[in-house]
Amino acid sequence: MTALHHKLFRDLSRMTGQMVAITAVLACGIATYVTMRASYDSLLFARSEYYSEYRFADVFAHVKRAPEALARSIAEIPGVAAVQTRIVTDVTLDVPGLEEPATARLVSIPARRVPLLNDLFLRQGRYIEADRRDEIVISEAFAAANQLKTGDSVDAVVNGKWERLRVAGIGLSPEYLYEVKPGEIFPDNRRFGVLWISRETLEAAFDMKESFNDLALTLSQGASELEVIERLDHLLEPYGGLGAYGRSDQISYRFIADELTELRTMGLILPTIFLAIVAFLLHVVMSRLVATERSQIAVLKAFGYGRLDIAGHYLKFGLLAALPGSVLGIAGGLWLGSLFTGVYARYFHFPVLRLQPNSYLLLSAVAVGAGAACIGALSAARRAVALAPAEAMRPESPEQFRAGVLEHSGLMTWIAPATRMIVRNLSRRPWKALATALGIALAVSILVVGRYTIDSVNYLVDLQFRVMQREDLTIAFQEPRPEHARYELAQLPGVLQVETFREVPARLRFGHRSRKTSILGTTPEDTLRPLLDRSLTRIEVPGEGIVLNSRLGEILGAPPGSQIQIEVLEGARPVRVVTVAGWVDQPIGLGTYMRAGALHRMMREAGTISGAHLKVDPRRAARLYSLLKRTPSISAVAVKEVALASFWKSYGDTIWISTTMLVGFASVIAFGIVYNGLRIALSERGHELASLRVLGYTRAEIGRILLGEQGLLLVLAIPFGLALGYALSFLTSHALARDLIRLPLVIGPVSYTYAGGIVVAAGLLSGLVVIQRLAHMDLTEVLKSRE
Amino acid sequence: MIPSTELPPSADLAGKEPVFHIHGVTKIYRMGDVEVHALRGVDLDLYAGEFVVVLGPSGSGKSTLLNILGGLDVPTAGEVHYLDHQLTGAGDAALTRFRREHVGFVFQFYNLIPSLTALENVALVTEIADHPMDPAEALRMVDLGERLHHFPSQLSGGEQQRVAIARAVAKRPDILLCDEPTGALDYPTGKLVLEVLERINRELGTIAVVITHNAAIAGMAGRVIRVGSGRIVEITRNERRISPSELSW
Repeated sequence: MTALHHKLFRDLSRMTGQMVAITAVLACGIATYVTMRASYDSLLFARSEYYSEYRFADVFAHVKRAPEALARSIAEIPGVAAVQTRIVTDVTLDVPGLEEPATARLVSIPARRVPLLNDLFLRQGRYIEADRRDEIVISEAFAAANQLKTGDSVDAVVNGKWERLRVAGIGLSPEYLYEVKPGEIFPDNRRFGVLWISRETLEAAFDMKESFNDLALTLSQGASELEVIERLDHLLEPYGGLGAYGRSDQISYRFIADELTELRTMGLILPTIFLAIVAFLLHVVMSRLVATERSQIAVLKAFGYGRLDIAGHYLKFGLLAALPGSVLGIAGGLWLGSLFTGVYARYFHFPVLRLQPNSYLLLSAVAVGAGAACIGALSAARRAVALAPAEAMRPESPEQFRAGVLEHSGLMTWIAPATRMIVRNLSRRPWKALATALGIALAVSILVVGRYTIDSVNYLVDLQFRVMQREDLTIAFQEPRPEHARYELAQLPGVLQVETFREVPARLRFGHRSRKTSILGTTPEDTLRPLLDRSLTRIEVPGEGIVLNSRLGEILGAPPGSQIQIEVLEGARPVRVVTVAGWVDQPIGLGTYMRAGALHRMMREAGTISGAHLKVDPRRAARLYSLLKRTPSISAVAVKEVALASFWKSYGDTIWISTTMLVGFASVIAFGIVYNGLRIALSERGHELASLRVLGYTRAEIGRILLGEQGLLLVLAIPFGLALGYALSFLTSHALARDLIRLPLVIGPVSYTYAGGIVVAAGLLSGLVVIQRLAHMDLTEVLKSRE
Repeated sequence: MIPSTELPPSADLAGKEPVFHIHGVTKIYRMGDVEVHALRGVDLDLYAGEFVVVLGPSGSGKSTLLNILGGLDVPTAGEVHYLDHQLTGAGDAALTRFRREHVGFVFQFYNLIPSLTALENVALVTEIADHPMDPAEALRMVDLGERLHHFPSQLSGGEQQRVAIARAVAKRPDILLCDEPTGALDYPTGKLVLEVLERINRELGTIAVVITHNAAIAGMAGRVIRVGSGRIVEITRNERRISPSELSW
């Protein structure tokens, strides 16, 4: 080890506190980078393995009923590689131990195992046996949520008849990577599951011999998805096709794709912010170090140390802070990454999902950390190199102060000398003061963003489950029913209020853009599901025309007043041109709304209903549930409170992990910035403060001068940081906006208080540390040193 | 004012080639709005093995002269030659190399690196020199063989200055430039340091240039150069050099 290295390590050990703070912030930055990149890489890898090995389809379509022979014509569409027809239907299920009815998606599989599109991965048990028609394979998530094992049985209402189904195996399919009930966003694995069952059983039960109602196909290389979908829709239309769609509209694909995008975005933004702060902190600390070591640098130069030696020496300070930070960050990142993938594995059902960090990622993490450190130390190193040795040998000339506005105004005479020092110090170097304040503000803002995620999810859930959905229970009919069905529902035990709805699947087209959605009929009398916009204002849908969710409006590029084409995918399948009456800004989904009367007219029907929202007497709910379980015409029942509880159960710790990470890291940053600011101030003012002590100032008085200056900056920076946090949250909400969920910009007063409070706490703690140092200040030593 | 002149070299210098040759050197500093003429056309030759004391009040330009000789500063005008190297107009890299290979500095305030021990402070220089002494040996030369592992804060002023001298000579420089080496030291310690400098000059043949405002030190020099207001006022040659122990002030 050279003498210069000895100096390096001894200087570092003298600056332990500051270096630890910087290393900690850097570790946080690297940890977020590694966590998010490693999770991203692992998810991406798991997805691509799963998709290719289990032949995830490219195009999906649902029809009412089509003859099996049509499959040959579909296979002949240019660009189609393989076609698989199926029978897919949703039924009500009675699961042992579950009071409410569950919904099962029955998916047909061949009686004998052959390679399929969207093939099954068997986790436990075995494939169904050809001669056992009551055997099923059930999805792993559903089995786990309901503690079902192979050999157990569940009861289902299959086409009006009770069937007892036996669990032969537990499995997964890439099609249900994200297993969520149609039309919902958050999975409820207790009440929704996928059941794979023999094709013959379903053909017999639903009278679908030689027919299918669902298909999946893969495309050959270079084929145009759009063209295939168009031709497919054309072929399926006579058979009640609901419109084919590609992977990007497939719910599982969509969710994981959105998650991957989010991981990639956040994996870029967060580490960038953190590492920028590291560079800023290092810049401040190193600049100060070079200033205090100017005569040492001069000596090194006098004895013939060259530019590279000097630059290298000071860059090494940064690198030595970066190295342990990177190592810690990588270790922390891998640990958090495994937590993340553990959480992902809970709602993305892969055969295997493991954190698989590659060596490239780890190397790049080290490089990124070193890069940030070098950028931070660069300007200080340059200053050291540029220092003229003859000049540097002399002590620094006193800083220049001039009479400013305050002096001329005469205000200064009213201010105590100590306060004057504070004001002059700050006003003499406004850029430095600004940079410190900006650093503090940045810490505040990151805390605000961290809290924003919590607040907005809370708000969204509250909005969705308490404000928008005021019913206790929603039921969906398998087929649209005449309006008088509402009276039957009202007769059911425990039902207090019935509000029916009409929902029609349709494809909306504007210009060359189109989107599959469903149109909901509304009336001004709706009380259980009032149509509200983001600001909770009730939206009145006009007598004519259609109201689009603004996100959908943006997707279609159809502003209010434009004429869009609606292709209904149900019943007589009318095609109509309708005026967009307006947009409604809602945080969830891509809904479209018409007045119920207008919808009926378009469908040329009188008072048909698709389902109903119910208010239920909780004391009689159990009896109602058991009745509903046995009602064949009902395909889905959603109990709101249960869905809410299930949401928090599955999402609670997910949100907790990611926001705790963010808020925890932001707190570290806050401490790092505030503590370093004070230490630098102590180093710069040490001489001055010691002189004041010699002149008879008490320790408390000089403490006030030092802390007063930083405290003033802190107080000024906090409101700015809160505003900056709001702006950053705004950007985040846009960066994370998805078709299905758009987190609203909601930040509660508690969060602002929290963000400000953490920074104030950081300030107080750092202040205590610095006061300790003031107490141990050796007055004669400080005065003797030339610095 | 007497114009700056150089006396002809005395007998033992006659015929020798100067190691340093500086001619017409001027240095002007800008201090805010004021121009300070630190040197005004200085001519000087320095010869191998000589011990030179530069005398002058503060502000006379002696430190500037030393800095220019040592390649720490460049003149505003004039020429500086070291053997056949032209130092005027040399770039930073060339000056750095010059300092690294040929010059040893001793400063008034020692300028040791506080985070390095005595031995390491010396090693700082020997590590980048071509034919250095062993750092411990250099420290033993200044009678600090027992204090190798002490930090500057654990050494007295005189000891620190001796470490600085050891640091300066350990690379076997051609010239030792000392800026007020006794300025911060008490009387006996100052004499001790001067003895060390004299011994180094005698034993190693290093040119020693000591600048000081303490006229008493002039007695130990071979030549005494008096500087005032940026000019060389007088150069005298001591027929009999006094040993540092006999000096008094």
